[in-house]
Amino acid sequence: MDLKDKLLSSFLAFESNVDLDNPVHEVRSEAIKNFENRGFPSKKEEAWKYTSLNSIQKVDFSIFPKKESTLEYKDIKKYFVHEIDTYKIVFIDGVYSSYLSETTHDGVDVCLMSAALTKPQYRQVIDVYFNKVASKDESLTTLNTAFSKEGAYIYIPKNKMPKKPIQILHLATGNEAALLLQPRNLVIAEENAEVQVIERHQSLTGNEVLTNSVTEIFAAKDAIVDYYKVQNDVNTASLIDNTYISQKDNSVVRVHTFAFGGKLTRNNLNFYQNGERIDSILKGVTILGEKQHVDHHTLVHHAQPNCESHQDYKGIFGEQSTGVFNGKIIVDKIAQKTNAFQQNNNVLISDKATVNTKPQLEIFADDVKCSHGCTVGQLDEEALFYLQSRGIPKREAQALLMYAFANNVLESVRIPELKTRINKLIANKLGVSLGFDL
Amino acid sequence: MLEIKDLHASIEDKKILKGINLEVNPGEVHAIMGPNGSGKSTLASVIAGKEEFEVKKGSISLDGEDLEELAPEERAHNGIFMSFQYPVEIPGVSVTNFIKTAINESRKARGLEDMPANEMLKLIREKSELLEIDRKFLSRSLNEGFSGGEKKRNEIFQMAMMEPKLAILDETDSGLDIDALRIVANGVNKLRGKDNAIIVITHYQRLLEYIVPDYVHVLHDGKIVKSGTKELALELEEKGYDWLKQEAVL
Repeated sequence: MDLKDKLLSSFLAFESNVDLDNPVHEVRSEAIKNFENRGFPSKKEEAWKYTSLNSIQKVDFSIFPKKESTLEYKDIKKYFVHEIDTYKIVFIDGVYSSYLSETTHDGVDVCLMSAALTKPQYRQVIDVYFNKVASKDESLTTLNTAFSKEGAYIYIPKNKMPKKPIQILHLATGNEAALLLQPRNLVIAEENAEVQVIERHQSLTGNEVLTNSVTEIFAAKDAIVDYYKVQNDVNTASLIDNTYISQKDNSVVRVHTFAFGGKLTRNNLNFYQNGERIDSILKGVTILGEKQHVDHHTLVHHAQPNCESHQDYKGIFGEQSTGVFNGKIIVDKIAQKTNAFQQNNNVLISDKATVNTKPQLEIFADDVKCSHGCTVGQLDEEALFYLQSRGIPKREAQALLMYAFANNVLESVRIPELKTRINKLIANKLGVSLGFDL
Repeated sequence: MLEIKDLHASIEDKKILKGINLEVNPGEVHAIMGPNGSGKSTLASVIAGKEEFEVKKGSISLDGEDLEELAPEERAHNGIFMSFQYPVEIPGVSVTNFIKTAINESRKARGLEDMPANEMLKLIREKSELLEIDRKFLSRSLNEGFSGGEKKRNEIFQMAMMEPKLAILDETDSGLDIDALRIVANGVNKLRGKDNAIIVITHYQRLLEYIVPDYVHVLHDGKIVKSGTKELALELEEKGYDWLKQEAVL
């Protein structure tokens, strides 16, 4: 049985465990129909030209883990940014771990999607926000919607800010030979609210894992949302991350994606600007080696006047790794005075690494500033010589230059401990220990 | 100390150096002058070990050791320092962290431990005062957004920190106003000693008013066509390079 058929038949089993009278279930039923019609995307589709899901579809994934697993905090501590106090929402093989988590209802809701989807006190919010910005026809998103049940639910009411940042950690234990995870997150920052979220997916063994994640983020008027994605998984774990963001007047949403690992990673990051004077910030650092593959597909849809977007993605590709950056910007006719900036710079440090980068601009307004640029190159020989001439060995000099190349993307990281952590991950990924703390 | 014998060097099969002979002894300052395109900067880069250039013939040795097989960093470890005409910007790495790394890498190569932090700080304070460098400057990203003068001053600061046996200053005077030139030259002069040597590469005589050389060599079309004392620099200032070009043809 191929994966699509397996999923379709699993949906029947899934239905036997959920409340079919819940209005959410109509959304799920609609979604599974859409998925059935579309199936998995193929390389024939323009958006999937450079990323193939063929081999993934041949894996016999468990859709529902058979047994529950527990983990000790000391064994997974390193996957948290543990230097700071945070709320934590932790899932083990897709199942919530209350033991490892720290949630709250103190003025804000930092809790579980399963509760939000089923309990009456969340009904109103779910009615307004659930599946409202996520695509109704993108096949992997619809697949997630069909099985949507668990994930993080974060609701920040007007003028509120959680006392500390929130970490979402998805762990896979390897208890199943191959596991499919489909977390569904909802993040809502109401008017003038603010929230910071760090998200990570981590497989703990060499068993196959596929995560098909959907996150919806809503930023109301004057809200500020910072979302950090730390992708540094093992080489048998693949991630399809579908993130949809809806912004209202004066809101600021920053999404940082640190793509350092995993077998196949696809980031579909979609910003919809539904107000004026909005700022959308998309930043990425990608450092790959071996046969790793990362595909960043971004979309910024400017639908109202006087808004800005800033995209800055840096990539370093070694060994036989492959990278894709596809940045689409749509500026509607009404969206005058839009300022859209997009930059994608890549360095290839191996003859066998490849990167495909493509800006895609659809501009219908006439009074806009849109700038975009992409580069693919090697490390600057002159700069390398400069460092070597100061006694720094070639390998360290290369690492220092790569660090410098990726560095400015980190400037907008607003959690210092996270920035330090990312700097260490970068140094680690580049395989060097430098004479100072990066 | 430095001995260059019949040095021929090319880049992508284009011959640039066509038989250079030069001997530099401890305590000496040599100026290498010449028109644009004569090979001055190439000579500096070849001594420092830039891989783009291919040495076709001849040799360079430092204290009797042939440099040919040595990578740029190994030459630095042996005491060669080159001040760049166009220093490279390294965002995210402060001047202090950079110089610490450079110094400790050289120490590591000599089998020494890292320099203790307090000693390093003391050295940084001493040398930055010498070059009238503000403390705030040291925490800025290396060369990023520096003015031409700041870049050059920073180069000489690095030289002061690394205390090289042989320093090569490649067009250190270009882009400097007179005040910056004086500070830089003053810094260089304080680093002159009986055990180290300096090669000053310049197009103009101006810098040599401040850093007075023991010897002046004129480079033309990849060869040293004339050598003399500091008076030669004045003569060049007066007459330009054309008379030498003619002499070289003859």
